[in-house]
Amino acid sequence: MLRVDGLSAWYGEAQALREVSMRVDEGEIVTLVGRNGAGKTTLLRCLMGLHGTYGRTMGTISVSGVDVTGLPPHARARRGLGYVPDDRGIYATLSVEENLMLAPVVKSGGGPEPWPLERVYETFPHLRERRRSPGTTLSGGEQQMLVLARVLRTGARLLLCDEPTEGLSPLFVQRIGEILREVREAGTTVLLVEQNVHFAASVADRHYLLAEGRIVESLDRDQVREREHQLLEYLGI
Amino acid sequence: MLQQAFNGLVGGSFYALLALGLAVIFGMLGVVNLAHGAFYMLGAFGAFIALDAFGLNFWVALVLVPLLLGVAGAVLERLFVRRLTPLDPLYNFLFTFGLALILQDLVRREYGVNSQPYPRPPELAGTVDLGLFTYPAYQVFVLAVSALMCVAVWVVLTRTRVGMIVRAATERPELTRALGIDVGRWVTPVFGFGIALAAFAGVLAAPMRAVNPLMGADLIITVFAVVVIGGLGSVFGSVAAGFAVGLVSALGNLYVPALSQITVFILMAAVLLWRPAGLFGREEAYR
Repeated sequence: MLRVDGLSAWYGEAQALREVSMRVDEGEIVTLVGRNGAGKTTLLRCLMGLHGTYGRTMGTISVSGVDVTGLPPHARARRGLGYVPDDRGIYATLSVEENLMLAPVVKSGGGPEPWPLERVYETFPHLRERRRSPGTTLSGGEQQMLVLARVLRTGARLLLCDEPTEGLSPLFVQRIGEILREVREAGTTVLLVEQNVHFAASVADRHYLLAEGRIVESLDRDQVREREHQLLEYLGI
Repeated sequence: MLQQAFNGLVGGSFYALLALGLAVIFGMLGVVNLAHGAFYMLGAFGAFIALDAFGLNFWVALVLVPLLLGVAGAVLERLFVRRLTPLDPLYNFLFTFGLALILQDLVRREYGVNSQPYPRPPELAGTVDLGLFTYPAYQVFVLAVSALMCVAVWVVLTRTRVGMIVRAATERPELTRALGIDVGRWVTPVFGFGIALAAFAGVLAAPMRAVNPLMGADLIITVFAVVVIGGLGSVFGSVAAGFAVGLVSALGNLYVPALSQITVFILMAAVLLWRPAGLFGREEAYR
């Protein structure tokens, strides 16, 4: 599904990613774990094609066997990349429903079914109640639901989620876990940036540990369970 | 006094139309278009030339001139502004400022500094009885059509998909691209539209203001104050501030004539002290 080869990225002179190579297979949930500043967010931004405005990148990124390295962000989105940014990315000047409808449905077929608006509202009834309100008037947890619903509505095939559980109550964290497992069943692939190791271990099939812009380890679910304490200590949480 | 207030609103119509175009352009491109006043001036001269050289009346000019200048604006965006946007904002500052000077001087070379006469359209030559006072029909028309234009833009921005994309791209251009929208494709028409609005205001101004090469430069300083008062990039704010500034400066003119040139700047300073982001501006929350 996703293949990254020798990806390096710089902010001016500072190198943020050092020859990252990784892959995510179809239908997998994979997390990127690492300390603040390890390069997780930069990696997602590079995958989405958003790093170019800040600095150089090198290496190749391919999605479903097609090289997307030279494509602008909107073209990548149309090939099925669904981006959930670290600051949620809700528009204050758009209503809840407009926030949902803004992103166009992914054209290229073969992916999971796009969620019709009706399904979004059935799954998240509160969004229906608030559909005319400005997006940013929702609570943090509801905003995160909105952002997830937004990419599900497009029928994105590969979700790039940057810390969707950050700052949320355990109830919402659990809900996000349920949704991710549900969409995986429907054929969606997920790459998740996560500081919450416990949550990561509960939803993901595999994990990449990122440190100083390098992938230092690749772990499967059982390895993470065994080493959860060690990882928590390493992450400094 | 009511009549003076009405004068203020009519003057405010021009501020509102120009500020609206500036706000939309600034919001979507992050470009402060210093040539905006020059396009207003070109709009007025466009109407004059259409009548003088081609015998086209006011109504034809009101449609045709904004269209042509809007297309010219779109071409300008494609050829120059687009190349400069990724660089320091100062480059577009210099470019649009230089462009304004060039346009002004080209017109001055051709027509001199004296004002050109432009007749009122005969359909609007009379006066209208507004109950408390009678008022020139043309001025009433200007106020009505400007208000209508502002409402139309507001409806497009808030009720249509195009408007939704413009709002989204204004608020978070990068995220909007990541969500699958080719923001760059919308930038050109939006720039052209902003220019067309300035030209539209210029045509409206031709029968009631002096048509000369500096008419835009005189007006644009006030319009920038209007945009700042309304909140940079806020469409609603710039329109509201446009009419408000027109009103305040007209009344200021009446009661404190000595301050007439600076009332708008006093207003701007007061608003900025009270709300640094302008009346309807949002604090810059993102990078």
